[in-house]
Amino acid sequence: MAAISRDDVAHLAKLARVEMTPDELDHMAVELEQILGAVKRVQEVATADISPTSHPLSMSNVFRDDVVKPSLTNEEALSGAPAKAEDRFKVPQILGEE
Amino acid sequence: MTLDYKGATEKYEPTLGLEVHVELNTNSKMFCSCATEFGASPNTQTCPVCLGLPGALPVVNGKAIESTILIGLALNCSIAPYSRFARKNYFYPDMPKNFQTSQYDEPICVDGYLDVEIETEDGPKTFRVDIERVHMEEDTGKSLHVGGATGRIHGAEYSLLDYNRAGIPLVEIVTRIIPGTGKYAPQVARAYVTQLRDILRSLGVSDVKMEQGSLRCDANVSLAPIGSGLLGTRSETKNVNSLRSVERALTGEIERQANRLEAGERIIQETRHFLEESGLTRPGRSKEQAEDYRYFPEPDLVPVTPDAKWIEELRAKLPENPADRRKRLQKEWNVPDSEMTSLINAELVDVVEETIKLGAEPTRARTWWLGEISRLANEKEVAPTSLITTTFVAEIIALISSGDLTDKLARQVVEGVVNGEGSPAEVIEKRGLKVVSDDSALMVAIEAAIAAQPDTAERIRGGNIPAAGALIGAVMKATGGQADAAKVRELLLRHLGQG
Repeated sequence: MAAISRDDVAHLAKLARVEMTPDELDHMAVELEQILGAVKRVQEVATADISPTSHPLSMSNVFRDDVVKPSLTNEEALSGAPAKAEDRFKVPQILGEE
Repeated sequence: MTLDYKGATEKYEPTLGLEVHVELNTNSKMFCSCATEFGASPNTQTCPVCLGLPGALPVVNGKAIESTILIGLALNCSIAPYSRFARKNYFYPDMPKNFQTSQYDEPICVDGYLDVEIETEDGPKTFRVDIERVHMEEDTGKSLHVGGATGRIHGAEYSLLDYNRAGIPLVEIVTRIIPGTGKYAPQVARAYVTQLRDILRSLGVSDVKMEQGSLRCDANVSLAPIGSGLLGTRSETKNVNSLRSVERALTGEIERQANRLEAGERIIQETRHFLEESGLTRPGRSKEQAEDYRYFPEPDLVPVTPDAKWIEELRAKLPENPADRRKRLQKEWNVPDSEMTSLINAELVDVVEETIKLGAEPTRARTWWLGEISRLANEKEVAPTSLITTTFVAEIIALISSGDLTDKLARQVVEGVVNGEGSPAEVIEKRGLKVVSDDSALMVAIEAAIAAQPDTAERIRGGNIPAAGALIGAVMKATGGQADAAKVRELLLRHLGQG
């Protein structure tokens, strides 16, 4: 795998809406590289006959019945909202997107 | 020179691609037990799971998986023995979790097709639309943009979010590119969405109301010079809210692209919005860079692994394909195309079939649903099927067939039932609508009529049968229209020695 560049970190930071200073970008590029290096060791034991796993439990088909249960009230739902209006969550203007 | 649609398609070959989103009609949401009622007051159908509160864990709605497999089977897809959910990460307030739970490289259903038939200049022609995938995801919340002149997002001061819709099971059906439709591209697209809607309705998995957004279509189209074998740059048109709009949006978009190409301009790969009033499209958000959703397998959900037994059980439940069924019923009922089209357009095929199954005479079943009941429904601006049950219609028709009701009386019975006066039997009882079939009662009226018009009676005795009309009319009047005219005629003629 190619080394994590400063630009990669800047791109990830933008996607994750995290503001980072130039210093932090430099620092994080190194740190991420080290983290990936550590995780990479898994590849040494993973062989072709072991399928990738996304879940620690070997379970599948966990379903619930299609039954309605009470929801939160409007007040409860909005209780953690930084801003609200007309029974809705109020968010700052969304620019440049539609 | 500006190219019109004809000119555009004489020079350029359109290639279609369609993405249809269907909201399933489950009672509860995809990953939580909140209700899915349309039109509930804002943010009253939410919980920690669909609001994305910390620590909340999703659990898959089994019914939604079943519906999705049914859709896949009806579209001739293979059902994946192993599929997973994935997180599609993005920051946009329509999803409070900052990701949408969707499927990425492991959808539930793959590789299907749907054959659609359209009318061409050379008669009916069938196009095969290949289905690439049918996958599960969840719907997003609804935004309301406040401030600014247009109510649109641009210029809005702030936005208001209602998350009642966030988390409602959504199925995405994606076609492969559909080549070779030529100038019929818009019709093929419309026919495809129409057939898809009919199939979904027959499966009973969705309300499929385009105007309410439970069925939504994104239409992709690109143009290339005819015979070039190339594939042009496509645009994706959203906000197409009716079957008619599917056709209009594509027609407009093909014209727009052709004229750009004629002017030597480039087609930009972009999302465009269909404008219902003008039939044109306008550019939507321009993507500065390729989307980077950083999909990864959803760690809070386990894989879906339907076994062959489950799939076969579901396959056995599949109803007859709606297009085949219509052809079969049209043949059985022996009705012309025009009448079948009327029944289909009025969405009366199901109730007519049911009414016939309940024993009603087929012609009468069709006539009553298309005629009197539709007329009343029209007056009240509701669906005919909401006015009266098939059982009641079948009962009324049985009474007409047995001679207990005349058409005129039956109309009054229908009116009574529609006005909430009770069952047909109760309406007949309350309004006293039974045909006077008692011969002796009729004979009294007949004799009275003869006594009142002795000359007419004499003429009939002398062989002037058409003169009977006047006396029959008098009897019908005397019985308040509750006699069966044919019966009166029979008794009268017999009485006057002409029977």
